[in-house]
Amino acid sequence: MNAPKQQQTAGSICMRVSDLTVVLAESGEPIVKGVSFELRAGHIFALVGESGSGKSVTSLAAMRLLPDALKISAGSVDVEGADLFALSEARMQEIRGRKVAMIFQNAMSALNPVQTVGNQVAETLKLHTPLRGAALRNRVIQLFTEVGIPDPDQRFGFFPHQLSGGQQQRVMIAMALACEPDVLIADEPTTALDVTIQLQVLNLIRELTRTRQLAVLLITHDMGVVRNTADEVAVMYRGELIERASVDQFFHDPQQAYSRKLIDALPDLEHFRAAAAEEPLLVLKDVKVHFPIRKGLLQRTVDYTRAVDGVSLAIGRGETFALVGESGSGKSTLGRAILNLEEIAGGEILFRGEPIQGIGRSAMLPYRKQIQVIFQNPFSSMNPRMTVGDIIAEGMISLGLALTEDARNARIHELLARVQLGAEHARRYPHEFSGGQLQRIAIARALAVDPELIICDEPTSALDVSIRAEVLELLAELQREFGVSYLFITHDLSIVPTLAHKVGVMQLGKLMEQGTAEQILTAPQHPYTQALLAAVPRLED
Amino acid sequence: MFAYIVRRLLYAIPILIGVNLLTFTLFFVVNSPDDMAASQLGDKYVTPEAIENWKQKNGYDKPLFLNPDVAGLARLTDTIFFDKSVRLFAFDFGRSESGRDITTDVASRMWPSLAVALPTFLVGIGVNICVALMVVMFHGTRLDRGAVFLFVALMSISYLFYIIGGQFLVAKTWRLVPISGFHAEGQVWKFLILPVLVGVVAGIGAGARWYRTLFLEEANQDYVRTARAKGCSELTILFRHILPNALIPILTGVVVLIPSLFMGSLLIESFFGIPGLGSYMLDAINSQDFAIVRSMVFIGSILYILGLLLTDISYTWADPRVRLS
Amino acid sequence: MKPVVLWSDALIYLLVIALAFFFYRLRKDPQTRERWAEVFSSRLGMVAFTVIAAYIMVALLDSLHFRRALENPEGVAVEEVFYDNKVTSVFDLLTGGMGERFERTYSAPFALISFEKENLKDAAGKDIRDYPPLRHAGQHLADPSQRGADVLGKTFTALFWGLLLSALLIGPQWLLLRRSRYPWHASWLTQGSIICSGVWMVSLSRYYHILGTDLGGTDVLYQSLKGIRTGVLLGTLATLIMLPIAVTLGVMAGYFKGWVDDVVQYLYTTLSSIPGILLIAASVLLFQVYIDLNPDFFAVGMEKADAKFIALCFILGVTSWSTLCRLIRAETLKISQLGYVQAAHAFGVSHTRILARHVLPNVVHIILITFVLEFSALVLAEAVLSYIGVGVDPSMGSWGNMINGARSELSREPAVWWTLTGAFFFMFALVLAANLFSDLVRDAFDPRTSLRRVEA
Repeated sequence: MNAPKQQQTAGSICMRVSDLTVVLAESGEPIVKGVSFELRAGHIFALVGESGSGKSVTSLAAMRLLPDALKISAGSVDVEGADLFALSEARMQEIRGRKVAMIFQNAMSALNPVQTVGNQVAETLKLHTPLRGAALRNRVIQLFTEVGIPDPDQRFGFFPHQLSGGQQQRVMIAMALACEPDVLIADEPTTALDVTIQLQVLNLIRELTRTRQLAVLLITHDMGVVRNTADEVAVMYRGELIERASVDQFFHDPQQAYSRKLIDALPDLEHFRAAAAEEPLLVLKDVKVHFPIRKGLLQRTVDYTRAVDGVSLAIGRGETFALVGESGSGKSTLGRAILNLEEIAGGEILFRGEPIQGIGRSAMLPYRKQIQVIFQNPFSSMNPRMTVGDIIAEGMISLGLALTEDARNARIHELLARVQLGAEHARRYPHEFSGGQLQRIAIARALAVDPELIICDEPTSALDVSIRAEVLELLAELQREFGVSYLFITHDLSIVPTLAHKVGVMQLGKLMEQGTAEQILTAPQHPYTQALLAAVPRLED
Repeated sequence: MFAYIVRRLLYAIPILIGVNLLTFTLFFVVNSPDDMAASQLGDKYVTPEAIENWKQKNGYDKPLFLNPDVAGLARLTDTIFFDKSVRLFAFDFGRSESGRDITTDVASRMWPSLAVALPTFLVGIGVNICVALMVVMFHGTRLDRGAVFLFVALMSISYLFYIIGGQFLVAKTWRLVPISGFHAEGQVWKFLILPVLVGVVAGIGAGARWYRTLFLEEANQDYVRTARAKGCSELTILFRHILPNALIPILTGVVVLIPSLFMGSLLIESFFGIPGLGSYMLDAINSQDFAIVRSMVFIGSILYILGLLLTDISYTWADPRVRLS
Repeated sequence: MKPVVLWSDALIYLLVIALAFFFYRLRKDPQTRERWAEVFSSRLGMVAFTVIAAYIMVALLDSLHFRRALENPEGVAVEEVFYDNKVTSVFDLLTGGMGERFERTYSAPFALISFEKENLKDAAGKDIRDYPPLRHAGQHLADPSQRGADVLGKTFTALFWGLLLSALLIGPQWLLLRRSRYPWHASWLTQGSIICSGVWMVSLSRYYHILGTDLGGTDVLYQSLKGIRTGVLLGTLATLIMLPIAVTLGVMAGYFKGWVDDVVQYLYTTLSSIPGILLIAASVLLFQVYIDLNPDFFAVGMEKADAKFIALCFILGVTSWSTLCRLIRAETLKISQLGYVQAAHAFGVSHTRILARHVLPNVVHIILITFVLEFSALVLAEAVLSYIGVGVDPSMGSWGNMINGARSELSREPAVWWTLTGAFFFMFALVLAANLFSDLVRDAFDPRTSLRRVEA
């Protein structure tokens, strides 16, 4: 294996997918309809689409790794002149990992939890090369070094859970590259990672593409990733390739309305919202939330996890404050603390000048009308056993609004109409709606009690890009209409400009920097903010 | 780790106290010693004197919790509660109602129980895993569906029928081994084969079906797809990836039973005439010897708690993700 | 006739009404309907359900008890009516007095003579030792050699009536449900075979002992049929008693956490650390002592047996709640972290309302799965407990008691196999149907398995 491999000449075709069609095995309903493309050495080919568009199924079909419920009904995949669909399963096993390798979205679950990462990479080498013993180990360590894993010799014996998310994905990449394949299929390789790590992993993939002359199929829903990484783009919509172009051409002159919509979702870093009224509605002074760490024989509290460690901020009436941070930064905990769902270890929360921290359940009731919440996952934030009408009515009933049933129903219909749903939807159950519709119902539920402040905890991160824009637009409209304030918790700096008046950047429980959206996004002071901003995809480089 | 074990052992104390209080309530408060005497003596002989005599003979002639007739600490210790319950903590089980020393009985009867239960346990796990693996290899085929139906059918047969059927076929019709009995010297294995066989066969239905579900659950995990993408063959995936992961729930599910193996099996031992703790308990139940039942409840609880502790420890051993603290 | 309502009769009818109400309430919830539809859209599910329903029907009929009025002795005219001390059920009537035809001792299935020799007098009045003829088998036959033809002929007649009855019962169902998307034909086929074999059993049992007789000369088929009520009632009542304990404690522990959780965890760890069989045995024995010392509480023997039976259900229920409690606690812990409970908190919804509207409805699937799973486990447990001697009262027919009485019969020469066979068959059919049904219910209702299906 150490002998120099015959390099693919740049631009030569390494894999050709022709007329691929995948159907549901039982009903014969098509999932992927006649998709064709080719992958060239040294090129990154991005396949873009929303969840359910069939892009992941396409990649799994190319590897013949489809689950039992799906079936390839037509088409071919050519690698070095051989049709993969015509090969025996045993021959196919030689191709996988050797000629065509794959990396997956969630590295934590894609790695075997009870095997050391070194052995998992070594297993691929053992399958396809004669390397054994010390040579095998050295090769793995060499690969680890190549993909930028620090201390590779020591990390060899680590289990997946002992590595960070970024390092896990690097192990996956090392595993995929171990046998020097010609083709690499990367299925949403960075979606589960924090933005700053995301950028590093993408850079690594781009670099390896050039140095090894890999042909890469990059599957993603993120237009920013495409813009920064790919050479060529294909858009998939409902199982079909609707547009295909080079990256430059695609972003400057998209042919399809759907493509246009995807590109429009990219942030505009030039226009910001002017600051709203200065009258403060909610003021946080040095708020702390601590979780005890118990240790030893008697489980005494020896220390605290400082989830929120002294945060001070102010939100004005009719204003949007975007709280930006990566997972684990404490931003959601802060939101829950404001709602009095989490106990506060110190500091003050003032709502219209009155302290509301640590007050009892019943004392909190009047404020519940004024402070409402929208959660990240629309599917788990609605009780599956209640109708949409009952869900929206719940707050009105418990907080004593709209006492007669008629008044309540009228209000529900009015709210549903306001979020662009029909009155007939009130009798339906949550599972009959799509994610975007559910999130609009969640907005209606929050609005039902006429709140002055809505805490939006990542309300759009579970949604597809095109729907995301609609929900954000709805939120902005409602703000203009009702003068409601938002505390908008997000990990995605790119949605901030269209949305926020003020921005705060949180890391490890502390507010690193805050200011107007324009200040933060054009002249960030803190290095962490700068790193976050660098990871934001832009239309114009 | 050490601190964890110590803490778990300390946590066992309130549980054992709870067990003790519960059994004491059951045996002495719900049914007073007078009631017990009356039922032990039989209807014909119930006279106040006879009851007093019986109580005195068996040590039930003291007050339940507090003895006002004596002074000092003896107020608490000279009671039925102290005699019958607190002493258990020092593994002093006292005498059975027929006058035998329970501790000696338990010590000598433990081993025949273990001689049957341990092989049944080990062979059973091995057989179940093998059967389940074979079925999983044919997942999605008719063979798989047929096997699952067979497992459910096997589960639906009462344990009693396995024993009766086993004895009838193997011992009576084919005359391969003795129907029942147990001799500590010489050819013990002759007497063990049938009970072990019956125990293993009776467990296949439920066991193999459970393991099959565990294997299939693992087979749906992402890392299995990764292994396929690497180019592993299906067999390699089954043995090198799925099996080690599925062993974690299997191991932790069965480890809790290990200490209880000492208790033996009530049914197997009584049918096959094995002088273990299982038949000891059954005899005690049949002769309504509550002293033995009480002691066995206590021993059983200790073994169960030990099993829970072993389960936690086995987790850390089998699953690199788990650390006890 | 004077109706007798035993405690267990009242409870089982109460349970049926409660279940009917429960399903009536659930009918609105589309997800629940969808899942039930999934269970019933498989033919296996239909068959299993029909078998279980047939068993339950028998159990319900066998739970309508009464005491017969005794006829006044010849020539004596009294105003007062005296009642038989023996309690009869509607089901006994339907079997056509199958339980009243006793022999002296064992007899093989369809036998005409006893299984054991007795001292007899022959035609000449000499003492001989031979197999005596049975009192209630083959009386109508002139010659024992006609037996085969007679059985065959009567089978055909029975089959004819059976098919006619099936047609009468299934016809209306067909008219109503023929356009349904569920595989009702599987159920109809099962119903037909159950009805036919029922008619066959009743009509042939007038002339023969289909499954022979046992040591005491009782018809084995009758005993096996009487075991149905015991099995079904034990399987449902014990779970019914366990449910409120497990659900209340589990939900409270998972929702309120803190010290409530600690206490509940302590309770169930303590309870589950006691070897179950010992706890059950000890409780049953103690109750036995109580009954023995207070014999005046019960008017008829049957009532005493019934009290013991209820106590057994109670004991099984009280000792077995820990598993379900643990499951519900875990599920509640998970649910209280979900968005909709958090949202309810944010709306200031009260604890009771959150528990009633958000938590309870979403743990119902666990309760349901446990209910169906426990059922077969309890039917099996009854046999073991009766064997150990702490099961239902020997006077109450049960499969466990049959096995217990017949445990050494196979080692006789020649072996007496029919008692065990009878108990085996009736028990196996019920437990198998329940197990198959519970598998389907679990597949449909367990989010883990249904999720897997959606992803695939």
